[in-house]
Amino acid sequence: MASDVKKSAAPPEDERVKEMSRFSKALIRPELGAITGAILVFMFFLAVARDTGMFSPEGAMTWSTVSAQFIIIAVGACLLMIAGEFDLSVGSMIGFAGIVIAITSVSWGWPVWLSIMTAFFLAMSIGALNGYIVIKTGLPSFIVSLAFLYILRGLTIFGAIATTRRTIIGGVREAAEGDWLAPLFGGTILTGSFQWLADIGLLDTFSRGSREGQPIVDGIPMLIVWAVGLIVFGHILLTRTRFGNWIYASGGDAQAARYAGVPVNRVKILMFMFTAFCATVFATAQVMEFGSAAADRGLLKEFEAIISVVIGGALLTGGYGSVIGAALGALIFGVVQQGLFFAGVESSLFRVFLGIILLLAVILNTYIRRMITGEK
Amino acid sequence: MTEPIIQMKNIEKHFGAVIALAGVSLDVVAGECHCLLGDNGAGKSTFIKTMSGVHKPTKGEIFFEGKPMQFERPRDAITAGIATVYQDLAMIPLMSVSRNFFMGNEPLKKIAGISFFDHKFANEVTMAEMKKMGINLRGPDQAVGTLSGGERQTVAIARAVHFGAKILILDEPTSALGVRQTANVLTTVDRVRNEGIAVVFITHNVRHAMAVGDRFTVLDRGKTLGTAVRGEITPEELQNMMAGGQEMATLEGSLGGTV
Repeated sequence: MASDVKKSAAPPEDERVKEMSRFSKALIRPELGAITGAILVFMFFLAVARDTGMFSPEGAMTWSTVSAQFIIIAVGACLLMIAGEFDLSVGSMIGFAGIVIAITSVSWGWPVWLSIMTAFFLAMSIGALNGYIVIKTGLPSFIVSLAFLYILRGLTIFGAIATTRRTIIGGVREAAEGDWLAPLFGGTILTGSFQWLADIGLLDTFSRGSREGQPIVDGIPMLIVWAVGLIVFGHILLTRTRFGNWIYASGGDAQAARYAGVPVNRVKILMFMFTAFCATVFATAQVMEFGSAAADRGLLKEFEAIISVVIGGALLTGGYGSVIGAALGALIFGVVQQGLFFAGVESSLFRVFLGIILLLAVILNTYIRRMITGEK
Repeated sequence: MTEPIIQMKNIEKHFGAVIALAGVSLDVVAGECHCLLGDNGAGKSTFIKTMSGVHKPTKGEIFFEGKPMQFERPRDAITAGIATVYQDLAMIPLMSVSRNFFMGNEPLKKIAGISFFDHKFANEVTMAEMKKMGINLRGPDQAVGTLSGGERQTVAIARAVHFGAKILILDEPTSALGVRQTANVLTTVDRVRNEGIAVVFITHNVRHAMAVGDRFTVLDRGKTLGTAVRGEITPEELQNMMAGGQEMATLEGSLGGTV
């Protein structure tokens, strides 16, 4: 992108501007750590878990789906973190949005499309409120969204018990039968192509039971479609638009950005709303997949999102990061979680791994930051 | 002398019970460098913030190009052609020079009805402008954090000029800089002034002011102590005015004229 311009306008060389090695140049791309990490993780599991079915079509589908879930919330958290803020209420927002859909559609009998839209509306309004409070009070978003973590979780459990006397509300799948909006979150696409792959023998089929002859992987789940869509949207927004420049500027130095005429408050509030949007996408897809909503869904998801983003090379202090990196961070997350399961490793070790990789990522990011800004 | 481009008349600014400005008047002519001097707490920063739309004056009038003006927010002042370069808030270190240069003024290119940031254009303009100002960049994607303090000020000034500033307010651009970098910034100020832009140069360093200033206004405790024209005042007189006269003269004596 920049190299051709550089050649055409080559200024006289300044002896103090050291030519950077190609390696250093590559290193200051925020995604580099995540790319390396993803390659290592895949190589590791190809070596230890190749025979376990992890890389068979259905195995690949499990870790892709789990990764897609992480990606959906990581994209929102990534843009928000680059804009200089955190949202710790993502996990509670997931539980909240799911319960809103279940109560309105199952208990109150609303059409599911209206329930889904209501969940999006409420979640994004709360996201906006979250952002508004952060802007108006000047408090760290860490603490404001921590308050919302508790408020939303409490409201969710209370609401579920007050209306149905249960914390798990089922029957959403039945309610969603024939709905026009629900398949956008719960269905699969390309089922025809997968059937065709099965017909020509490239994909295994069920040999027994009610689904005999159908391919074992019947299509691409909408979760993965959403994940890919959000990555593309987030990446283009951040790197190729005016608004993307404002996101970087708001997180890099809010005051300097304000003086340059960037509407920092609007950018930050919109990013809080986008994070809430991503959480609701996650919640809706999960509700459609399980056919039920539970008040304790989404526990700890806020931290998993933030960890993915940090592994992806974003700085906790804002102003720097990449959506592609965050997506790769989420992919590492999903592959390792499922890979350890396939490899038969004790699942508690997953957390040990997470802690270690998080620490390594933060150390690498700090080093990279020094390289960019030339600080000592 | 020609018609001033901006006239500030009896500007007062109160913050609650504190009177930060108690009637300050100043006018600036296109193509001049008007230095605003004063010790810490004299009201320099508050005053320029009323000029750049950050604060609304409690009392007083602002005439911009002969017409009365009211700035509600910094954006209004920027649109009118009043650009401010703040000492340490000019640039965002983590962003590239090109992204910084166009921050808030991003060039757009439409593809299929959607507006995209025109990076190619931004990069070309940035490289050309930096070359004009004598800054060697590795590339337009070099982070501002790798530039020196003087270079950052220069980039910020170049940015303001590029986007059509008629008045350039520089808030202590040289106070944190070394000798060589200060000289570079002062050269830039001189170049900008010769392009016909009015420069308001805030400093508490008399020597820096004398190097580029055409007129000098001294503020003390929220009031104008007076405006002097270049050649009619010596650096010593200016220094004394800034420091409140008497005590400074005695201090100066004991320090051997080094201040």
